[in-house]
Order: sequence, then C-alpha cells, then structure tokens
Amino acid sequence: MTPMIRFDSIAKRYPPDISALIDVSAEIAAGELVTIVGHSGAGKSTLLKLIPAIERPTSGAVLVSGQNVGALGRKALPFLRRNIGLVFQDQKLLFDRTALANVLLPLEITGFSRKDAQRRAEAALDKVGLLKRARALPIALSGGEQQRLAIARAVVHRPSLLLADEPTAYLDPDTARDVASIFLEFHRVGVTVLVATYDDSLFPGARRIHLDHGRLV
Amino acid sequence: MTTACFPVRGAFISIMGGWCERLPCGSAMNWLFAHWNACRRALARLAAAPLNTLLALLGIGVALALPAGGHLLLTHLSALTRSASPTPQVTVFLAVDAERKLSQGVELRLQGLSGVAKTQMLAREDTLTRMKATEGLADAIAALPKNPFPDAIVVTPADDSPAAIERLATIVRQWRDVEHVQIDADWARRLHALVRLANTGVLLLATLLGIGLVTITFNTIRLQVLSRQSEVEVSRLLGATDAFIRRPFLWYGGMLGLLGGAMAWLIVSAATLWLRLPVAEIARLYGLDLMLTLPTAAESAVLLGGAALLGWLGAALSMRQH
Repeated sequence: MTPMIRFDSIAKRYPPDISALIDVSAEIAAGELVTIVGHSGAGKSTLLKLIPAIERPTSGAVLVSGQNVGALGRKALPFLRRNIGLVFQDQKLLFDRTALANVLLPLEITGFSRKDAQRRAEAALDKVGLLKRARALPIALSGGEQQRLAIARAVVHRPSLLLADEPTAYLDPDTARDVASIFLEFHRVGVTVLVATYDDSLFPGARRIHLDHGRLV
Repeated sequence: MTTACFPVRGAFISIMGGWCERLPCGSAMNWLFAHWNACRRALARLAAAPLNTLLALLGIGVALALPAGGHLLLTHLSALTRSASPTPQVTVFLAVDAERKLSQGVELRLQGLSGVAKTQMLAREDTLTRMKATEGLADAIAALPKNPFPDAIVVTPADDSPAAIERLATIVRQWRDVEHVQIDADWARRLHALVRLANTGVLLLATLLGIGLVTITFNTIRLQVLSRQSEVEVSRLLGATDAFIRRPFLWYGGMLGLLGGAMAWLIVSAATLWLRLPVAEIARLYGLDLMLTLPTAAESAVLLGGAALLGWLGAALSMRQH
C-alpha cells in the first residue's frame, strides 16, 4: 500500500551554505501518529514545512499519496493544503477577528455555505473547549487557549492529515498535556498526525522520527 | 472512512485515511457564493473605517462630478444649438432705397443659381410691421422718419455644407445690387463648434480624472494589501487560491468606484437642482429656452458603471503589482 507521506532522500539547503536536512528518507502510513524530535535547529520544522510545500526540497522528493508535492504548480498547491491541517509554532492567528471568525476562515476558503460553516466551526471550537469563547478576540485568550484555537482552525475542515509544529512550546505542563491530548484524540478517530516537538513524552504510543543536525538518527 | 480529493493538473488524487470528507469543488454555485462572500467582506471593510471611506468617496465623487456635470451642461447646449439652426440659411439684403422690381430681379437670379434650393422674399414693409409688433421696439421705430429696413431675400442652400454656403455667399456678394450677405447660421455654427471643443475638453477631463480614480483605488488597495499582509499569508497557508485572495480587494475597488460614482451623481443632481432656475432665467433673457434636467437613466448608468469599472481596474492593477 502507498504510504500517505514519503520523504525520499530529502536535502534542504539555505544560502549561503546551511544544510537544514541531509539525505532524509522516511515513510508515514495513513492513520499513524508520528513525532519528529530533535534539538533546536535539527530540521524538524523544515521537514514539516515540506509536506504542504511551504518549503521545497533542494533535492529529493516529498510524496503525499504518491504525488510529488515539490512538483505541484501554483494552481494545484491550494488544493493540497486544504487537505492538511496546519498548526504553526507561532499559531498565525488573525488578531482582528474573533475566535469563531478565525476558525471559519478555512471553511470560507473551501467554499462551505455560511450555515454549514458556522455549524462546523462551532463544533470544532466545542471540540477544543473554546465554544464559550467563540466571540472573543485571540488577544483576550490565554496562551493555551490560543494554541487550542489554532488546533480548531486546523481541523475544522476535517483534514486527513494534521501537522503541528511545536504545539506545546511555551505552555505550562498542564496546558501542554491538555493540548497534546487533543492531538491524541484526533489520532484515535483516524487522522494522521505529525507533531514536531521537543518533548514526545506528551504523545505516548507515537512513532518517533529523530533528527540530529538535519540527519535522521 | 471517507476520501478527500484535490485536483492536480486536471486530475484528482486522494489522500486516504482520517475522517475527512470530499470538500466542495468549483461549481457555478460555489463561484457565485465565493463572490457573494467576497462582496460581503469588501462591504465590511468599507464600513469598518467610515471616515476614511467617506473621505475617499468624496474625493472620487468630486473628481467624477466635474466631467459628469460638464457633460450634462454641454448636452443641454448641444440641444440648444440644434434647435436654433435647423438648416443654415443665407440672407441677401438689398439697398434701403432699392426698388421692388430690382429686388424681384435679384430673387430671380438667385433662383437660377444651382446651389439654391429655395428663396423667400421679405418685403421691407412686412419687416417694419413685424418689428413694430416686437415689444420694446415699437416706440423707437415709430420715431424714425422713414422705413429703415431694406428688402431681404432668405436663401435656403441646396448643399448646407459650410464650404458650399460660403461659395454661394461669395458669388452673391459680388452682385452690384446686393448691399450685404449674411450667413444666418454662423453664430449657431460657432456655438456648435465651441460646444464640440468643450465636449473634447470634457472628454479629456474625464480621461484625466478617470486615471485619477484608478490611481486613488490603486493606492487604497495597496494600503489594504499591506495592512492585511498577515491575513493574506495565513489564507495562502490554509489553501486559498490567488482568486480567493484577490476577490475581496477587487470588490472593494469596484464598490469604492461605484459609491464614488453615486456620490458624483448626488453632487451633479444637487448642483442641477440648485442652478436650474437661475440658468433658466438667464436663458430666457436671451430669448432661449434652457431648463437644466437631472441626468437621464442611461447617463446615470454610464456614470455608475464607468466608475465601478475604473475602481475595479485600479484594484486589479494594484493586485497585479502587490
């Protein structure tokens, strides 16, 4: 069976001569929970960014369902990203929109009707325990709530693949456990989850991909 | 477990697993819905900064009101020149003391010319009677010792082109018994030429101010794009297409133009209603019937549609640039 994600001898270099990833090959099956661990600067974020083609490999190929995403054109790229839930390290929330409006954005992009979008967004907020804060602006939310809001936005359009870059960074241990439990819950219902993290003890049962100075260990 | 799909180079590939569903793809309804959403977002952005929006609309409105008002005024003047000179005529005057036989002889000669369609003799007695009946002139004419008017023959040329009329007048001027030849449509022609020139001026003004409107929208959209950089970036990461990102800005530009056009319409209409009576009064003193009217439905549609189009164009250029 074709793996959901396949990294095929990936290398990524930044000018002038910084190697972020060196000859990385790995496969992730559909429905797997995988953590990417390593020290700061090991290449975890870079590896994650290759999947939705936020970054392109210098050499090698990233295949999603057998399709080389590095070769996707500008017009096809949005349709790939709509099938992926992204939780960014810096969350990338829109601070001039309410929590609900932030979660509605992927549904507007995908073209859901307003009524349907509203229902789904509220369900997603409920899932992460933020339904009561739906009308709040992100600035009024705590760090943990902002992270949960980012997760709600990432999963509201029901992606088959959820990518998270350091989702528990800057959170206190209890909040980090709460946030990690949300990812575990999504994994339990069949979503493929990839988490770049410094602490994979929060994700018991996950397969670990260990990076060190851009190389697979 | 369901399958999500995304089109890649015309085909669909599947990502297996998870609890994802097939997402709505690009049908006509989705396209309309996307535009409706973009339109709502654009309106919300306009409403979010009411003072800025009002100032921008005033700027556009005033800029568009100048050529629109100029066009309206010239339309009225054009109608006036058309009604004032249905066909150009040449009036041939004889000497004040010329005998009637001589006048009739000149009329016969005129009828013999190939460039003459018809002639009409205005006898000096008839002219005197008509003038006596004119208000304000009766006393002055009664005080004159004798009839000051000559016989006159009004000639309708066969060819009403300016060159043919001038040729005819030149021939008749050389006749010994003719005192004076006057091309009656001259003033109307001059006014018509002035109106044509003014029309060209209005067109030039409209072009320049149209470019101004495009520039205003271009700059407004540039600022919008810069202030919404993070939204654009996040939308791209979440799978927004270029069209999805461009759409609200295009609607914003189009709406700015449309509302600016509406503002221009209001300014022109208010000015028309304000000036209508004074202008009619002045025109009446000159014996003219000139009543300013509001822009017609077609003129209003052109103003609003043109303004919206220019706004959209400014936004499109700005999006291309930024």
